[in-house]
Amino acid sequence: MKVTQPWHGIPGTTLFDGAQARKGYALNRMCYSFNSAENRAEFLRDEDGYCARFGLNPEQREAVRERNVLKLIAAGGNVYYLAKLAGIFHLDVQDLGAQQTGMTKDAFKAKLVEQGR
Amino acid sequence: MATILGAVTTSHVPAIGGAIARKLQQDPYWKPFFDGYPAAREWVASVRPDIVVAFYNDHGLQFFLDKMPTFAVGAAPEYRHADEGWGIPTVPAFRGDPEFSWHVIEQLVADEFDVTTCQEMLVDHAFTVPMSLLWPDTVDWPVRVLPIAINTVQYPFPSPRRCYRLGQAVGRAIEAWDRDARVLVLGTGGLSHQLDGERAGYINKRFDLMCMEELVRDPEALARFSTVDLVREAGVQGVELVMWLAARGALTGAVSKVHSNYHIPISNTAAGLLVLENRTKAAPARAAA
Repeated sequence: MKVTQPWHGIPGTTLFDGAQARKGYALNRMCYSFNSAENRAEFLRDEDGYCARFGLNPEQREAVRERNVLKLIAAGGNVYYLAKLAGIFHLDVQDLGAQQTGMTKDAFKAKLVEQGR
Repeated sequence: MATILGAVTTSHVPAIGGAIARKLQQDPYWKPFFDGYPAAREWVASVRPDIVVAFYNDHGLQFFLDKMPTFAVGAAPEYRHADEGWGIPTVPAFRGDPEFSWHVIEQLVADEFDVTTCQEMLVDHAFTVPMSLLWPDTVDWPVRVLPIAINTVQYPFPSPRRCYRLGQAVGRAIEAWDRDARVLVLGTGGLSHQLDGERAGYINKRFDLMCMEELVRDPEALARFSTVDLVREAGVQGVELVMWLAARGALTGAVSKVHSNYHIPISNTAAGLLVLENRTKAAPARAAA
């Protein structure tokens, strides 16, 4: 696991600071709009058009296209807003955890249980 | 004189809301979690609160990055839950108490906590799930509420010490209210968990259990941690411990533990529950049951 932000030095962890908040504003703003069922339906109907309307940059657009959580975070996404995007695809936080750690969902869940022992 | 009865601090994982809606309390996955709550509900029923002051964190229902308040205090006659995007069922609206809210706001600002005041405020799962755990199956909440949201979305966050001090100021404000009111404090979130990054799935049982003990005995010791300390020890979302610290800070009297529960995992989270009784000088201890 890499350290991406020297200011805290915790590996595998991107804290949502001012730099991230500025970089990710358009992406997070789009995700915030998914509190509305109408907007979620509109995204599913025309993903390109919806992303264009919120002004996503190419890195953000690509990360959304790939449904790639680590890339979405690198592009400035905040996990609480990204969760609303993930919800559109019926992905829960364990799906996200499995994807980010390169594990199967079952293995990720087993790892959680293991930490309770 | 308003009386502070005590505090309930509990995890607020969204999936709990889904499990309640689907009545999974006896399901093997959920049972060790839900079994912690009857004792909490019995205690709450025994102390008969009529106001709940809740420290929680909004996860992008009410607040966006366009304006992000560090501390936001409700001043609304009603607080509604709404669609959060990923599908937990909404719950009935909560009644506020604007007179109480404004009293607390005036006291806090006089106490140099320059809070954001909200005459309209949606409350998300971090507020509704703990309320549903304490009053399941309700269609009409038996209490009035005062939500206080603490920013744990966008850094810099208020420090754990600052959140503890906010709680203390809220405690003083409650006790300075010249009405008869019985006030229960809620602190929601935690314990250790991390949703994002390659470190996702991080949990720290040893640290959590230490926090649950120290929160009762020596909260100042926990208030000495920095936010980054909490991320390192408890994960990115483990910083939600600050809501527990704020709730503990609001207990102005002698504090004793009534009940606790701890279970790994619920979703990606180490789920904790603590019930604390507050004995003020004015209110003698209840006779032992």
